Amino acid sequence: MKMKKVALAVMMLTLSAQALSQANKEPLKIGFITDMSGLYADIDGKGGIEAFQMAIDDFGGSVLGRKIELITADHQNKPDIAAGKAREWIDQQGVNIIFGGSNSGTALATAKVTDEKKRLYINNGAGSSALTNEQCSPYTVHYTYDTIALSNVTAKAVMEQGFKSWYFLTADYAFGQQLQKDAARVVEAGGGKVVGASKHPLSASDFSSFLLQAQNSGAQVLGLANAGGDTINSVKAAAEFGINKKMKIAGLLVFLTDVNSIGVKNAQGLSVAIPWYWNQDEEARTFAGRFIRIMKRMPTMNQAGDYSSMMTYLKSVKAAGTDDPDKVLTEMRKMKINDMFTKGGYLRKDGTMMHDFYLYEVRKPEEVKQPWDYYKLMKKVPADQAFNPLSESKCAFINK
Amino acid sequence: MDIFNLSMQAVLGQLLLGLVNGSFYAMLSLGLAVIFGLLRVVNFAHGAVFMMGSMLAWIGLTQLDLSYWIMIIVAPLLTGLVGIAIEKGLLKRLYGLDPLYGLLLTFGVTLLLEGFFRSFYGVSGMSYNVPDSLQGAVDLGFMILPYYRGWVVLASLTVCFGTWFLIEKTKIGALLRAGTENPKLVQAFGVNFPLLVTLTYGFGVALAAFAGVLAAPIIQISPLMGSNLIITIFAIVVIGGMGSIMGSILTGLSLGLLEAFVKVIYPEASSTVVFFVMVLVLLLRPAGLFGKEA
Amino acid sequence: MNRNRMQYIIGALLLLALVLPYVAYPIFLMKILCFALFSSAFNLLLGYTGLLSFGHAAFLGTGGYICGYVIRNLGYPPELGILAGVSCSMVLGLVMGGLAIRRQGIYFAMITMALGQLAYFFFLEAPFTGGEDGMQGIPRGRLLGLIDLQSDITMYYVVLFVTVASVLFIARVTTSPFGKVLFAIKENEPRAISLGYKVDRFKLLAFVLSGALAGLAGSLQALMLGFESLSDPHWTTSGLVILITLVGGVGTLIGPIVGGVIIVVLEQKVGDIGTWLYHLTSIEWFNTLGESVSIVTGLIFVICVMSFRKGIIGELQDRWKSP
Repeated sequence: MKMKKVALAVMMLTLSAQALSQANKEPLKIGFITDMSGLYADIDGKGGIEAFQMAIDDFGGSVLGRKIELITADHQNKPDIAAGKAREWIDQQGVNIIFGGSNSGTALATAKVTDEKKRLYINNGAGSSALTNEQCSPYTVHYTYDTIALSNVTAKAVMEQGFKSWYFLTADYAFGQQLQKDAARVVEAGGGKVVGASKHPLSASDFSSFLLQAQNSGAQVLGLANAGGDTINSVKAAAEFGINKKMKIAGLLVFLTDVNSIGVKNAQGLSVAIPWYWNQDEEARTFAGRFIRIMKRMPTMNQAGDYSSMMTYLKSVKAAGTDDPDKVLTEMRKMKINDMFTKGGYLRKDGTMMHDFYLYEVRKPEEVKQPWDYYKLMKKVPADQAFNPLSESKCAFINK
Repeated sequence: MDIFNLSMQAVLGQLLLGLVNGSFYAMLSLGLAVIFGLLRVVNFAHGAVFMMGSMLAWIGLTQLDLSYWIMIIVAPLLTGLVGIAIEKGLLKRLYGLDPLYGLLLTFGVTLLLEGFFRSFYGVSGMSYNVPDSLQGAVDLGFMILPYYRGWVVLASLTVCFGTWFLIEKTKIGALLRAGTENPKLVQAFGVNFPLLVTLTYGFGVALAAFAGVLAAPIIQISPLMGSNLIITIFAIVVIGGMGSIMGSILTGLSLGLLEAFVKVIYPEASSTVVFFVMVLVLLLRPAGLFGKEA
Repeated sequence: MNRNRMQYIIGALLLLALVLPYVAYPIFLMKILCFALFSSAFNLLLGYTGLLSFGHAAFLGTGGYICGYVIRNLGYPPELGILAGVSCSMVLGLVMGGLAIRRQGIYFAMITMALGQLAYFFFLEAPFTGGEDGMQGIPRGRLLGLIDLQSDITMYYVVLFVTVASVLFIARVTTSPFGKVLFAIKENEPRAISLGYKVDRFKLLAFVLSGALAGLAGSLQALMLGFESLSDPHWTTSGLVILITLVGGVGTLIGPIVGGVIIVVLEQKVGDIGTWLYHLTSIEWFNTLGESVSIVTGLIFVICVMSFRKGIIGELQDRWKSP
C-alpha cells in the first residue's frame, strides 16, 4: 500500500519535472510548404520532406537544447494557400523560418508574408529571379538556382552552338514569364532574335497546338520556359509531332526526374544547367544512395539543396545561439558553404546563394551505363558567370 | 494564301488538331445530351466518369498489364455499371423533384469520384503511351499527324453517328423517345420503362468513359481532368439544344474547329470562346441551334 | 414558440462571435464571416427569389480584385476600396442579371455559369490582377482615417460588424413588401405576373442586391487577407456557396451562416479528423483524407440532396413548428 503511494508520488514528481523542463524548451518549429501532389511533386515534394529530415537527423535532431520539429503543407500550386499557411504558422505556431518549395508564384507570395513579419524564408524550388531582384527582401534566401543562372548557362550554350532564332513555350505564371524574360535577354545580348512565344496554362493537358505554332514560326530553337510535368509533356509531344527533327529543343529547366519520365530516347541531346548532380562526386553519391533507398528515386538538385540549406540554417542557429531571424542571417552571411551540395558557396547581400553551375547534356540511350546516370558533363560555369553581378541587381536595398 | 497574316499551313494544322478535340467534345456532349434528353437529368458527373474511363485504362495498363484494346471495352463497361448503380440508388429518387436537385446530386457525385481517385493518385498527370499498333505518324506536308489522332477522329465519329442512328432511327430509340413524353403509356405496352432509363444512363456514362480511354494517350491523365472539361461540355449541349443528339455532335465538332481558329488569333481566349457563344445563342435562339422546345 | 428559440440561438452565436477572436485564430474566423456573408447574399437569390445562380463566384472575385486594386494600386483608403468593390459588383449584377433573367430554371443557371466563366477569364487575363500569381500586398490602412486595421483583432470586429449589419439588412429586405413579392415570384411566378407585378424588375433588383452583398464579402476578404487570387472567381467557388446554402438551409436567415461555419471548419480541419480516424482504425487511407476535402464535401452534398434538403436550420425550424 505504502509502496504504491511512494511510487505514485515519485512518478508524479518526475513527470512534472519533465513537464517543467519541456515547458522551458519548446521545440524549434520549421515550416516547409511546397507542391506535394501536383505537377511539381516529384522534383521537390515529399522527397524534399525526406531530405530535410535527413539533415535534421544528421545534425542530431535538436539544436540549442530544443527538439527540431518540421511541419509541412501542400500549397497545391496556389499562392493564396501558401501565403495563408505561412501567415498561420507564424501567427499561431511561433514559426521563425519557412522553407519554400516549387512554384515561383507561391514563393513570391510567401516571401511577401515573411518579409512583412520579419521571418526567414529560404527557397529551394522556385526559379523566379524576382525573389532577389524586384521583390527582394533582407529575409529571403534564394538557395538552389534561379532563372538568371539557367538563362546564362543554358541559353548561352545553345546560342554558342549557332542557334540564334528562338520561339518560347512559356508557362503562364511568375516562373515561366520570368524565365522567358531572362532568357530573351541573353538571346538578344548574344545577337540572337526572339521570333515569338506561346503562353500555356500551368499544368496544361495538351501542347499540340502550341507546338504547331512554334513550328510555323520558323524559329531554329524551341525554348521551353516551363518545368516539371509541363516540360515532360512538351518534349513528348514535340517528339510525337516530329518537331524535334525540325527545331532544336532547349529545356531551360530540366530535372533528373523529368528525363526519367520523358525517357532518354526522346530527351537525348538536351542541355541541362544544374548546380548539383548525384553522380558528380563521392559525397553526392553517398547522399543519393541514402535518398534512393527511402524514396526509390534519385534526388534532384532541389532535394539536395533542401538538405544543404537545412544544414546551413541549423549551423547558423547554433552559431548565433538563438533562432532570431536577424541574428541567424548575420551568421549565415559569414558562412562558407562546403558540403555535398557545393564547394565555396556563400550568401550574397541580395539573398542569392552564390555557387557554381555545371552544364550537362543528356546522354544517348546507348551511353547510359547505370540506372539514373543520364547526364554527361560538358563544362563548369563559375558562380560569378552564372549569376549576374550585384551592379545589375534590381533589388531595392542594393545599389542605393 | 494568308489569313490574318498567317500561312494557310498554320491554320490548316490547327484546324486538324481542332477536329481531334472536336471529336472528344462531340462524344462527351452526346452522352450528356442523351441523358438529358431522355432522363431530364443534367449529369454533372459526366466529367468525372470521363476521368474514370482514363484512370481505369491507366490502372489496367500499369497495375494489371491489360492492353489498351482490352481496356477500351472493359473501362466503359465498368464505368457504365457504376453509372447504373448511381442511377438506381440515387437519381431515381429525385425524378419527381425540381431538375436542379439532379444537377446538385451529380455535382456531389463528381466531388466524390474525383476526391476518391485523388486520394490515391494525387493531381499530377500520369502518362499513358500510345498503343504499339497505333504508333507512328504521317507527314501531311503542313504538319505531321500522329496516327493515333486520326484513329481518335475515326472512332469518335463512328460511335457518335452510331448512337444517333440508334436513338433516332431504331425501335428502341423510338421507345425511349416516346417514354420521355409519356412513360405510363409506354409501360402499358409492356415495356419496363424504369429499366430502360437506368440502362440509358449507364450507356451515356459508358460513352463518356469510352472517350476517356481514347483520351488517355493524348492528354495528361489526372483525377481533375474532367472538371474543367465539364463546363465546356455543358455549354456545347446548351448551344446545340439540350434534347438534340445531332445538335450536340455537330456543335461539339464545330467548337473544336472554332477553338482551333481562335487559338491562332488570340490563344488565351480559346477555352472561353464557347461561353461567349453560349450566351449569344441563349439570348437569340433560346432552344439552342437544333433544339426542339420553344 | 420557435421564434424565441431561434432568437436564443442567434443571441448565443452573437455572444460567441464577440469573444472568439481571443481564443481562435482571427484570420480563420474572418474567413468564416466572409463566407457567411457571401452565402447569405447568395441565399437572397436562391432561397427567397428561387433563382439558382451558378456564377456567383464572379461577384466574390470582382469585390476582391477591385477593392484590392483601388487600395493597393491607386492608394485609396479601405472604405473607398470597399465602396469600389461593391459598386462594381452592382454593375456586374445589372449586366449578369439583365442577361440571365430572360430565361428560367436550368437555362438561367446555365447563363449565369457562362457569364461567370467569362468573368473568370477577364480576371485571368487582366494584367492588374496578376493572373495565376494573384494580387498581393494589399495594405490594410486606416478605416475612415481613424481605425487602424493592422491588428487582426480590430479587423475582426470591423468584419463582424459589417457582416451582422448586412445580415440584418437581408432580414429587413425579406420581410419587407419587396421581399414578399420576391417570395411570391419564387412560389408561383405566373400568378405574380397575373397580379400585375413586373417580375423582371423585381428579379433584377434581387440579383443586383445579391451581387452587391457578395461583392462586399469579396472586398472584406481581400482586405483582411492582404491578397486576392483566382480561386475566388473560379466556378468551384460557385459550387461551394451552393453547398453551404444547401447544408445550412435554403431560404432561412441564419442557415447560410451555419452552413458557412461548418464547411469552412471542415475544409481546415478535415486533415486533423482524418489523422484521428487513422489512429482509431489504423487504416492508412484515412491519413490521406486530409488531402481530399473533396470526398467529404461530396458526401455531404449527396446526403443533403438525398435526404436533407431543407438543410440544418430548415430541419430545425420544421421540428420546432407546433403540430
